[in-house]
Amino acid sequence: MIELMPAEGVFSLIWLLIALPLLGAGLLLLGGRRTNSWGPYLGVLTVVGSAALAVVMLLAMMGQAAEERSIGQTLFTWVFAGNFQADMAFQLDQLSMVFVLLITIVGSLIHIYSIGYMSHDADKRKFFGYLNLFVAAMLLLVLANNYLLLYVGWEGVGLASYLLIGFWQIKPTAAAAAKKAFIINRVGDVGLSLAIMVMFVTFGSVTFSDVFGQASEAGEGIMTAIGLLLLLAACGKSAQFPLQAWLLDAMEGPTPVSALIHAATMVTAGVYLIVRSNAIFDRAVWAAAAVVLVGLITIFMGAIIGSAKDDIKKSLAGSTMSQIGYMIFAAGLGPVGYVFAIFHLLTHGVFKAGLFLGAGSVMHGMKDNVNMRRYGALRGLMVITFVTFMAGYLAIMGIPPFAGFWSKDEIIHAAFERSWVIGAAAILGAGITGFYMTRMIAMTFFGKARWEDDVHPHESPSVMTIPLIILAIGSTFLGMALLFWGNIETWLEPVVGFASEPTQLSATTLEAITLVVVLIGAFIGWRQYGAKLVPIDAPRGNWLTRAARRDLYGDLVNDVVVVRPSFALARWLTWFDSSWIDGVVNGSAAFVGGVSGRLRRTQSGFARSYALSMLGGAVLIVAALVLVRLS
Amino acid sequence: MIEGNWGEEIVFWVSGGLAVLGALGMILSKKAVHSALCVALTMINLAILYVANSAPFLGMVQVIVYTGAVMMLFLFVLMVVGVDSSDSLIETLKGQRLVAIVLALGLAILLVAGVGAGLTDVVPVGLDETNGVDGGNVQGIARLLFTDYLVAFEVTSALLITAALGAMVLAHRERWLPRASQQELSKARFLGPGHPGNLPSSGTYARHNAVDTPALLPDGSPSDLSIPGPLVARGDVRPIDHHEVEQIESLGGGPK
Amino acid sequence: MNPANYVILSAILFSLGAIGVLVRRNAIIVFMSVELMLNAANLAFVAFARMNGNLDGQVAAFFVMVVAAAEVVVGLAIIVTIFRSRRSASIDEPNLLKY
Repeated sequence: MIELMPAEGVFSLIWLLIALPLLGAGLLLLGGRRTNSWGPYLGVLTVVGSAALAVVMLLAMMGQAAEERSIGQTLFTWVFAGNFQADMAFQLDQLSMVFVLLITIVGSLIHIYSIGYMSHDADKRKFFGYLNLFVAAMLLLVLANNYLLLYVGWEGVGLASYLLIGFWQIKPTAAAAAKKAFIINRVGDVGLSLAIMVMFVTFGSVTFSDVFGQASEAGEGIMTAIGLLLLLAACGKSAQFPLQAWLLDAMEGPTPVSALIHAATMVTAGVYLIVRSNAIFDRAVWAAAAVVLVGLITIFMGAIIGSAKDDIKKSLAGSTMSQIGYMIFAAGLGPVGYVFAIFHLLTHGVFKAGLFLGAGSVMHGMKDNVNMRRYGALRGLMVITFVTFMAGYLAIMGIPPFAGFWSKDEIIHAAFERSWVIGAAAILGAGITGFYMTRMIAMTFFGKARWEDDVHPHESPSVMTIPLIILAIGSTFLGMALLFWGNIETWLEPVVGFASEPTQLSATTLEAITLVVVLIGAFIGWRQYGAKLVPIDAPRGNWLTRAARRDLYGDLVNDVVVVRPSFALARWLTWFDSSWIDGVVNGSAAFVGGVSGRLRRTQSGFARSYALSMLGGAVLIVAALVLVRLS
Repeated sequence: MIEGNWGEEIVFWVSGGLAVLGALGMILSKKAVHSALCVALTMINLAILYVANSAPFLGMVQVIVYTGAVMMLFLFVLMVVGVDSSDSLIETLKGQRLVAIVLALGLAILLVAGVGAGLTDVVPVGLDETNGVDGGNVQGIARLLFTDYLVAFEVTSALLITAALGAMVLAHRERWLPRASQQELSKARFLGPGHPGNLPSSGTYARHNAVDTPALLPDGSPSDLSIPGPLVARGDVRPIDHHEVEQIESLGGGPK
Repeated sequence: MNPANYVILSAILFSLGAIGVLVRRNAIIVFMSVELMLNAANLAFVAFARMNGNLDGQVAAFFVMVVAAAEVVVGLAIIVTIFRSRRSASIDEPNLLKY
């Protein structure tokens, strides 16, 4: 049980971290066209302000002793209903600190990049408003001290992603993609709300400290149920199997959106949820096993899909799916893996953002064309973009000493600590990563130029390239910095726990094997796409390629399993309503009408008929009287 | 009442029988006037039965009011409506006759059964003592009317006045045109078709003033105008006396 | 002599009057049937007065007679009025109040 320190000194401004971007969003969205000229800059300033504040808090936290690093700040009592209480309260500990830094710093860089990328867009004020809203919601998610407030942030990022994916509403594909993302996220949200309900019923509270404190005493069945529900929520938000279909369509949004939401922050919310709830997963072994399985499936799914896409953004999206799969996989491994899941999350956030922004820069130079088959030989014309992209490429491949090497290899090592089967699978996934990333840079920067006629590739303005440079530096050095200088394992240990088990092969041997497999994958990719000529029209490919182009039939499955039955159910309900329920109503009206139609014929107009019925009635009454008297 | 009082039995069976006969006659007669007369028969017999039941006052009132006033009123109205009007005995409503007879029969049986079951062992108290209390039936009824039932009595008088007024209002004929004066009436008589003068009274050269004796015209033939139509239709015209024809001829100066 | 005989006679006359109301079409004969029913009721009243030994029954019969007389007056006036406008005294004629 971690004791929460009171929020003093600089930590009394924890609420300001959220309030600044929220203020920015409010001003920009409610202010309207008056704010058009200075709006974007305000949006940048708020997030930069939060980033600066976060850095100050980090320094202050590093100065504290390890047991005293969890700070709690309560603003007010939010829900107070009978036995249930949930406060508007924040918990800033080591785990949320690293998330806050990731969100604000990467967010600031993306905001600055967007000034250049969206400069020609008429609605750019709204764009920055939505981005600020997203940052505020994400910060609320990671800073909440109870599951209910976390849910508020969860929903907020869902809303912001809907608004941002469908930012160019006029495009029907964008509007459809936004809806798809929101609806699939909703399925996951059901999991989270059910989990909160079960938690309340079991523990009587949904605050982290209460839930985790009582986790060891609760029944394993209940904890497994909570764990599986939280896994469902994470699958929705982090685009894991089986709720992965929305991530690729979400590339319809502007590239900064893809970078921030789908690479650096939102999709990692699922990982945060699982790692934060480590006490629950430690207790529910089967739920943790399910987490590992889901992560493993998604690693391969994302990698295979990313290998076959010609759209550069969709290929990177597949890559994101795969890398998040690594993080989820690591989180499911238990205390051996939590730290490395977060470690990989941080490094991935940096280098994937760099890769996405680099892709945006390439698109900007190629007149917003996303088809890699129309790229080629760009390394001479877009030098900064090329260099920064290569930094990200080497990081994601896991080439030492770049960032990805340290984090991914720790995950593979942790996998081997549990079982060599899953470790081998993780290494294979790394190999496929090598393949598709090499394919990407070969098609984009090397080979022959396959540009269209009116395209003149050029380097992007500095407002776009400076964030690229900063992210490239991060891709290079962040891994080493976090591991050696920041001591990420000891930093996070008080919150998530850390264990280490021996493996059959030594760590160095594993790293060597991984590197060899990755290079084999890269070699295959180079031979296929770098050495040979890349045809402009995509060749038919074998069955796996065709399946991967169709997202491994993910949309088809969704359609058959969910969409068509829903439509059939809706049609049946409409039929039932109009024929049965309306039928009952109309039928009773018709019945009454029919009966009255028959009955009115007794009114014949003849007084003698009426007199006859009167006599009949009188006889009946007399009969009743006489019979009662006689009996 | 008294054991062995066979006089009352005879009265009951005779009067009762006649009353039932009268009722049957009313239902079954074709002509309306015959029905009215049968009803009168029933009512007189009922008056007899009232007297037999120690209610002489009511019996007399029955004769005076019902048979005398009410039935006469019925006959007057029959006159207005048309004495000839007779119902065809074919029933136009399907099943009315059958169901009516069945229901009425049922009603009769039920009432008889109820009465029979309830009154088998009852010994009638008789009204001799009660009638003697005030010195007679009329006095006894008068005592009750003016003490216990006074309010009902007064209300009934108001009812009678209202009924009389109602009848006047209902039977009133509104005059739409101004009343024709003597002059206009005689003008119309002379200008219109038909004989302008009165119908000849019983006899120009009439020897009798009976309605059914035709008057003789100057040539000795009977005048059609001098006998009312119904009599002609019924064939009640008295034949001409030849004596009188000769007398007229002599008065007129011999046969022509 | 069982005074119940009188009540039975009254029941028979009442039923005959009921038949008359239902079977005859001439309005005046229907009216006479109604009068017959009222008379039957009067007979019953008188018989019961004798059975009970007090004159309340006779007073009731008296009132029935008065009211019946008033009713006959008004009813016949109505029949005359209807006859004047419709030239018919059949009670089957006015049958417009139907479905």
